Amino acid sequence: MQQARTQDVAASGRARRRRWLTRDRATALLMITPSVIAIAVFVYGFIGWTGYISLTKWIGIKADYTFVGLQNYGTIFNALRFQTDIRNTIVFTAFFLIGCLGLGLALALMIDSRVRGEAIFRSIYIFPMAISFIVTGVVWAWIFTPGKFPQDPTGLNLLFSKIGLGFLQSAWITDNRVLPGYILSGIKARIGVPMAMIPVIVAAVWQMSGFTMAMYLAGLRGIPEELREAARVDGASEWQVFQRITLPLLQPITLSAVIILGHISLKIFDLVLTMTGGGPGNATDVPGIFVYDITFNANKIAQGAAAAVVMLLLVAVLIVPYLIYNARTEVER
Amino acid sequence: MLYAQRWLRLFAPFAILAMLLAACGSTAPSTSSESSNASSNASSNASSNSSAAQPTAAAAEAPTTAAEPTAATSAEAPTAATSSGSTASGSGKLEIFSWWTNGGEADGLNAMYDVYKQQNPGIEIVNATVAGGAGTNAKAVLQTRLQGNQPPDSWQVHAGRETLSYVDYLQPLTQFFKDEGLDKVMPKLLLDQLNINGEIYTVPVNIHRSNMLWYNPKIFKDNNLTPPKTLDEFFTVAEALKAKGITPLAMGGKDGFEASHLFESVLLATFGPDDYTKLWTGDETAWADERVLTAINTMGKMLTYANSDRSAIGWADAAQMVIDGKAGMTIMGDWAEGYFLSKGAKGHEDYEWAASPGTDGVFLWLSDSFGLAKGAPHPDAATAWLKVCGSKEGQDAFNPKKGSIPARTDADKSKYDEYLQWSIDQFGKDKLAPSAVHGAATTNTYQTAFHNALEVFSANPDATALASALTEAVPDLTR
Amino acid sequence: MSATTLRRQAGRRPRVLLYTAMIVLAAFYLLPVFLLLITSLKSFDQVSLSRMWDLPTSLSLQSFDSAWNGGKGVIGLKGSFLNSIKLVVPATIISCMLGSLNGYVLSKWRFPGANALFTAILFGMFIPYQSVLIPLVQVLTRIGLYGSISGLVLVHVVYGIPITTLIFRNYYAGVPTELVEAGQIDGSDFFGIYRHILLPLSIPGFVVVAIWQFTSIWNEFLFGLIITNQPEIRPVTVALQNLSGSQYTQWNVQMAGALLVALPTLIVYIFLGRYFLRGLMAGSLKG
Repeated sequence: MQQARTQDVAASGRARRRRWLTRDRATALLMITPSVIAIAVFVYGFIGWTGYISLTKWIGIKADYTFVGLQNYGTIFNALRFQTDIRNTIVFTAFFLIGCLGLGLALALMIDSRVRGEAIFRSIYIFPMAISFIVTGVVWAWIFTPGKFPQDPTGLNLLFSKIGLGFLQSAWITDNRVLPGYILSGIKARIGVPMAMIPVIVAAVWQMSGFTMAMYLAGLRGIPEELREAARVDGASEWQVFQRITLPLLQPITLSAVIILGHISLKIFDLVLTMTGGGPGNATDVPGIFVYDITFNANKIAQGAAAAVVMLLLVAVLIVPYLIYNARTEVER
Repeated sequence: MLYAQRWLRLFAPFAILAMLLAACGSTAPSTSSESSNASSNASSNASSNSSAAQPTAAAAEAPTTAAEPTAATSAEAPTAATSSGSTASGSGKLEIFSWWTNGGEADGLNAMYDVYKQQNPGIEIVNATVAGGAGTNAKAVLQTRLQGNQPPDSWQVHAGRETLSYVDYLQPLTQFFKDEGLDKVMPKLLLDQLNINGEIYTVPVNIHRSNMLWYNPKIFKDNNLTPPKTLDEFFTVAEALKAKGITPLAMGGKDGFEASHLFESVLLATFGPDDYTKLWTGDETAWADERVLTAINTMGKMLTYANSDRSAIGWADAAQMVIDGKAGMTIMGDWAEGYFLSKGAKGHEDYEWAASPGTDGVFLWLSDSFGLAKGAPHPDAATAWLKVCGSKEGQDAFNPKKGSIPARTDADKSKYDEYLQWSIDQFGKDKLAPSAVHGAATTNTYQTAFHNALEVFSANPDATALASALTEAVPDLTR
Repeated sequence: MSATTLRRQAGRRPRVLLYTAMIVLAAFYLLPVFLLLITSLKSFDQVSLSRMWDLPTSLSLQSFDSAWNGGKGVIGLKGSFLNSIKLVVPATIISCMLGSLNGYVLSKWRFPGANALFTAILFGMFIPYQSVLIPLVQVLTRIGLYGSISGLVLVHVVYGIPITTLIFRNYYAGVPTELVEAGQIDGSDFFGIYRHILLPLSIPGFVVVAIWQFTSIWNEFLFGLIITNQPEIRPVTVALQNLSGSQYTQWNVQMAGALLVALPTLIVYIFLGRYFLRGLMAGSLKG
C-alpha cells in the first residue's frame, strides 16, 4: 500500500512536469465547478450576507442597513438568554456525542457477537432515524411530561408507578435545576448541566444512536478476524484485544461520526422546539431556536444574524481540529 | 458523434444547474433532446442525471396563463398554478394567508369563503394557511414573503398595535372603514385602539376575550366555593383547593404565551383598565410604577398554586385538567371554550366561566384581522374580501364556528352559543382594554421579549430579574 | 456435574445477559412508536396525558382517515404526499450524481488546493438554516424558483452537496489509485474511468447517500415551509404540521399522520437497511 502511494506521488509528479493541465484535468475541474458555484453562493454568499447584516441595526421587516459595528454582538452576549443558549448547546453537544458514540458502539459490539435475530435487532435500533424530529419530539415530550407525581403522574412517571418503580419518578423536562450551577462574575447564566436537557439528550440519542451503531458495525466487520485471533494467540485478554486492536482501528469511524453527529447537534432545532419549546424558562433553549425566534418573531434581524455568526464560529471550533487531522493523514499518505 | 458526446458530457452538469437555476424556456427542451441523443451507454451518468431534473424544470416552465390548479391529473399542474399565482395579475384569484388550519377556526374561515364565493362568483380563493406555534411559523413565512416582494393579497394579523410591524406593507383602510360604514358599527374605543399613527390598516373579523377564568363547577360546589372576584379571593379559594389536594390553578407553558397571558390579567387587575393601557405606550415611567412589583409578586404567589409541570404542557392540556377535575381553575382566553366543546364537555356541568379575578367589568380584547397588501396581486378581489370580513354576514358566518364574537355590535345573537351570547353582552357594556400578549397593544418585537421574560419567571420566580427584563423591553414597544 | 456443563453454564450466563440487554434496549427503541400507534388508534376525547398508556377502547381507523383524506377542518396529507415524492426523487438522484462526481474529482483528480476546497465545501454542512432563510427567498425569487418544487429541489441539492461529497470522497479514497492509472494507460478519459472503473464499484456508496438524502429531505420541514408558498405544492412535513391547529392539536390525527408520513422512510430502512450497512462497510464513512 505504502509503496503504491509513493508510486502515485511519483506518477503525479511526472505528470506535473510534463503538462499539468491535461484535457482530463480540465474536465475534472469543469465537473466540480457547478458545485463550487452553488456552495459559493448558497453557503459563503449567505454567510457573508449574514455577517454584514449582523453589523447593521435592522429591526423590523423592512431592511435597515445602518452600520452599527459590533453592537449587536454586545447585545446578545449580554443577554441572559443567549448566554444560556451557548451553555446549553455545549452541554447538549457533549452529552449527545458521548451518548451516541457510547451506545452506538455498545450496540454494534452486541450485534457483532453473533446473536440470533441480528437483522431484527439491527432494524429496530436503526429505524428511529427514519422518523422526523418533529414527530419524535412530540412523543418524547409526552413520555417526559411528569404530571403531578407521585400522586398523579403522567408519561414515564406513570409507567414507573405502574410497574412498581415509583422511586425513579422525576421532574424530567420540567426540572429547572442547573447542576452544579456555578455562578461566575460577569456571566449571567449559571454554569452547569440543566437537568431538563437530559430528557432532550435521551430523545436525540434515541434517534441517532442506531446510525452510529451502523457505522461502527461496518467498521467492526471491516477488521480482519485474523488480527484479533493473532492477538489472542499471543495471550491477550478479550479486553486487551478490544482496547489495543479494535478501538484504534475504529478511530476513523469515530471521527466521521463526530462530524455528522456534530452538525446535527449544533443545529438542533425541531426536536427541542417540539419537545420543550426551550423551557422551563430557557433551560433547554438552543441557538437554533434563538435565531428563529429573534429573527422571525421579534423581527430583530440583525441580532439574529449576529447569533448565527456566533453559531458558525462554534462550528469552526469543532470542525477545525478534524480538518487539521484530516490534512495530516493526507500528508502521511 | 464521439466528439459531440464528449462535449455533451462536459456540459451536462452545467445544463442541470442551469435548468434548476433558471428553469427558463430554452434550456429544458434542448437538454432533453441532447440527453436522448446521448443515451448510448457511454453517458448513462449524464442522461439519467438530466432526465431526472427535467420534469421539475418543465413544470416550472409551463405557461403562466394556464392556471388550472384543480387538475391534479397532470403531474405538472400544481407547480404551473403556482407560478401563475405569484405573477399573473387580476386573473380571478385571491390569496388569503392565515394560520387557521384546523377545527373551528378552519371551519369558520371556510364559512367566510363561502360567503365570498356567493358574492364574487368566478374568483378562486387560494387558502394559504401555515400552522404551528400560535402563528409563529406563519409569521416567519409571511416575513420572508414580504421581504422577497411576494405578498399574499391579504393576510391575518392581530388587530391593533401588532399591525405596526407590517405598516410598510399594508394599505391604509381608514377611508374603506368610512365607505363601508364600519366606523359606525364598531365600538369607538376599539376603533381608537386599532389606530396606528392616524390610520387604520386592518379589518377586525372577530373579538376574543383574554381575561377569563374557567373553573370546574363540581369541584367548586363540592367545596362550597364561589368563583373569586378579586385577587385576594383568588388566594382564599386557591388555599381551600390546595388543602383538599386539588391543584388550584392549571397552567401551561409549552406554547410560550401562557405565563405572559396570566400576567396580563394580573396587571389589569392591579392597574385598572386606564393605567394598564398606558403601560403599552412605550413610556418608561409607566413601568417605574411600584404597582409593577406588586403585580409581579402577585404573579409569583399565584405560581405557587399552579401545577409544577407547567413548562411541559400547553394551555389546552391545562384546560383539560379543569374538565378532568384534576384542577380547579385556569386563566385562559375564551378559545378555551372551543377546546372544551371539541372534547365533548358541557358548560355549567364540566366547566363554568367568569371574568379573571379583579377584572370584572373590563373586557381585555384581542382580535384577528385582515389587511390589504401594498402591491397586492389582485387588489379588487382583495378589497371584496375585506368587505366580507367587515360585513355582518361574513362575521356571523365566521364567528359562531370560530368560537369568538363579532367585532360589529349589530350581530345576530341567536347564532351564538350561550357563552358567546354572554360575551357579546359584556363586550357591549364593559370597558375595553387591549391585550398585550395577543398583539392588540404590542408589537411582535415586544411580545417575543415579554413572553420569554415571563416564561423564565414561571420557571424561576425572581421578581428583580423580571422587573429589570420588563424595563429593558420597553423600547421594543415602539418597534 | 461434569466440567463441560459447568463451562457451558458459565458461558451461557453472559449470553443470557446479552440477550436481556438487547431486548431491553429494543423495548426502549420501540416505546415511542408504541405510543404513536396507540394514540393514533384512539378518538380525540380518549386522548389525554393521564391516559396516554391506556390501550384504545375500540379499534378505530378514523384518525388515519382524517389524516389522509382530510375531514372536519383538516386538510389531508393525500395531496402533499405526491409533492414530497416529486421533491425527494429528483433531489436524491441529483444529489447522488453530484456527490459522486465531486467525490471522484476530489479523490482521484487532485489539484492544488483540492483539500482546501473540500474543507470549504464540508463547512457548508454546518450552516444554520434559520439564518439563511431571508437571503434564500430573495435569491430564489430573483431566479424565478421561489414557491416551486424545483426551487425546493435546488435548495436540497445544494445543501446536500457537502455530505454527499464527503461520503463519496471517503468512499473513492478506498478505491486503489492503481485502477485509475491502469485506466489512463488503457486510454480511458475522465468519463471512461468514471464509468467503467468507479461507477460499477460505487453502488454501495450510492445506497448510503441515497438513503441518507432520501430520509433527510423527506423529513425536512423548515425549507419546505418557507419556500413553498402555495398549499398545493407543500411537502408532506408541512402538511403534517398543518394538521395541528394554531390553538390546540387533535393528537390522534396528528399521530396517525405522523405514522403515515414515516411510512416511506421506514420502508426504505426495512428493505434497504442491509444495503445501507453494506455501503457503510464498503467504506463510505471511514474518514
